Amino acid sequence: MNSLIPLFVIIPLGCAFLMAMLGRFIKNINKFITPIFMLFLVYLSLSFIFKSQGSLIYKVGGFEPVNGVPIAIYMVMDGLTKLILLVISLVGFLAIFYSLSYTKQYTAERKFYVLFSLMIAGMNGIVISGDIFNIFVFLEIAAISSYALVAFGVEKHQLEASFKYQVLGGIASLIILLTIALIYWNTGTLNIADISRQLTVNSQAGTNVFLKFISILLIAGFGLKAAIFPFHSWLPDAHSSAPSPISAMLSGVLIKAIGIYVIIRLFFNMFPLSYEISMTITVLGTISMIIGGLLAIGQWDIKRMLAYSSISQIGYIVLGLGIGMLVLVTGGNKAVAALSITGGLFHLLNHSIFKSLLFLSAGAVEYRTGTRDMRKMGGLSEVLPITSRTSLIGSLAISGIPPFNGFFSKLIIIIAAIQAQYYVLAFLAVLVSVITIAYFMKLQKYTFYNNDGSKWIEKKIKEVPFSMTFSMILLSILCLIMSLLIIPEVRTIFLQPAVDVLINSAYYTTKIIGI
Amino acid sequence: MIIYILCFVLFLVGLYGVVSKRNLIKIIIGIAIMEYSINLFLIMIGYIEGGTAPIITKGFENAKFVDPLPQAMILTSIVIGLATTALLLAVAIRLYQKYGTFDINKIKDLKG
Repeated sequence: MNSLIPLFVIIPLGCAFLMAMLGRFIKNINKFITPIFMLFLVYLSLSFIFKSQGSLIYKVGGFEPVNGVPIAIYMVMDGLTKLILLVISLVGFLAIFYSLSYTKQYTAERKFYVLFSLMIAGMNGIVISGDIFNIFVFLEIAAISSYALVAFGVEKHQLEASFKYQVLGGIASLIILLTIALIYWNTGTLNIADISRQLTVNSQAGTNVFLKFISILLIAGFGLKAAIFPFHSWLPDAHSSAPSPISAMLSGVLIKAIGIYVIIRLFFNMFPLSYEISMTITVLGTISMIIGGLLAIGQWDIKRMLAYSSISQIGYIVLGLGIGMLVLVTGGNKAVAALSITGGLFHLLNHSIFKSLLFLSAGAVEYRTGTRDMRKMGGLSEVLPITSRTSLIGSLAISGIPPFNGFFSKLIIIIAAIQAQYYVLAFLAVLVSVITIAYFMKLQKYTFYNNDGSKWIEKKIKEVPFSMTFSMILLSILCLIMSLLIIPEVRTIFLQPAVDVLINSAYYTTKIIGI
Repeated sequence: MIIYILCFVLFLVGLYGVVSKRNLIKIIIGIAIMEYSINLFLIMIGYIEGGTAPIITKGFENAKFVDPLPQAMILTSIVIGLATTALLLAVAIRLYQKYGTFDINKIKDLKG
């Protein structure tokens, strides 16, 4: 199966090129190609999850290591990679299916699909590459296409949001490039596994001060991409101004694939774990969890509220992973660390499902009413019954109401925090969960209920078209199905391989260098 | 050592431009300066005193070669920089058409 790994980049990249060429001559070809190849990627990632074991490596160009030093570009497929790839392709497929009707309002529909495919190619590339410079290159592919997609409507606000996003994203990319240069300077290699070996073996390269400096720069760079506090200021603008399927992709997948995933991969598998850095990550996660939640309450723009809620939920994910790091580094019980990391990854998975569902529902509301201001809505459940139901399911899931998936992942994180004796963090996680319920109740009340909706019935507002409702209904069903991941047998298939990769930090290195 | 510090100073000059200037075009120039400073830093990493181009020819099999990998990295990063700068400028021009100004104090509809 090793030779199938590059397909995750080749297919979207090739399709983007093909669509840019052929779209001019054949009408609507983009609308056929994009969902089909996304569906194929879903199939491919599922087959990797079920059929392959352990880590698979593909060496680009087939160059074998010389004297044990890897010289080819490595593409690595392990448990964590498979999980993130599945999320990207699943949410990507549903978002693109939704866009089939949604993009009718734009004049340059064709380019939307091309940019979307490029973004998918970039994200898949980041996840499968085992080489920090390639991570940078794919990160830029994903980021540049997302800048263009945020500004896709070329209205005032979208351009402003896109400019802000580009400036901050550009600074983040340059900090990341600087870090890569510093790492190369000290270790003389770019391969993640080889860097990890050099840092442990070569004591001169792995001095403490140098490692701290690099780690701080990396947290700043990828934290900006992932919108962790205090680097979150671009997210509410960019995510609320973008076209709704793109908001769903950005909030649901992009910040995780180019931010959280890389932080996890580098800090668990590349650097030796250190107490100070683990503490920094945990504290930043906690603060962004609280700040995002508090800021969301005051919002009246429906998509802006969802964007702030993304910051808060990203905080949960980082908190879960950070507690896992802290337990590992202080030599605590490995089972607790595993539980905490499971919680973080589970919440990552869940958040991408329900946050894209909420953004798609908000997009459907905007599509029919033409406004994002909650004060001008009310009573929409009368005219948009399906959207109202799916949005309700998404809100219940994100607030952590059983039997939806959000409840279980938050529960795991809180239990892990208590078992690791971080009682304050557990308390804060519960508190923010209550805040989450508060602002989603506000969203539901002002948008869908609050009056009898006669204003909308007069205007003859209808339910949104099939392709939009299909995606939303499927995502709400997924919200229920994902709860099944709490069952140990199901968890061993999906989450356990990813957790194993992170718990045994040295495993990644030995597996790749040892072959 | 002094040359690395100067390179870092160049990076900070660019950062200063991005943070303190109020004109969209000046912000873009600031980002470009930051990018050049990092490219410069990368090329200095690969340089060896008295090294030659890393091409093996007859009679020079054991010459001192400079490291070719940073050079390949810079070529990639220059191309990426071109794309980011072009997109930034395109958006800046569109913003000028919508607002009639390059001043970011007047372009702030989004807040809260």
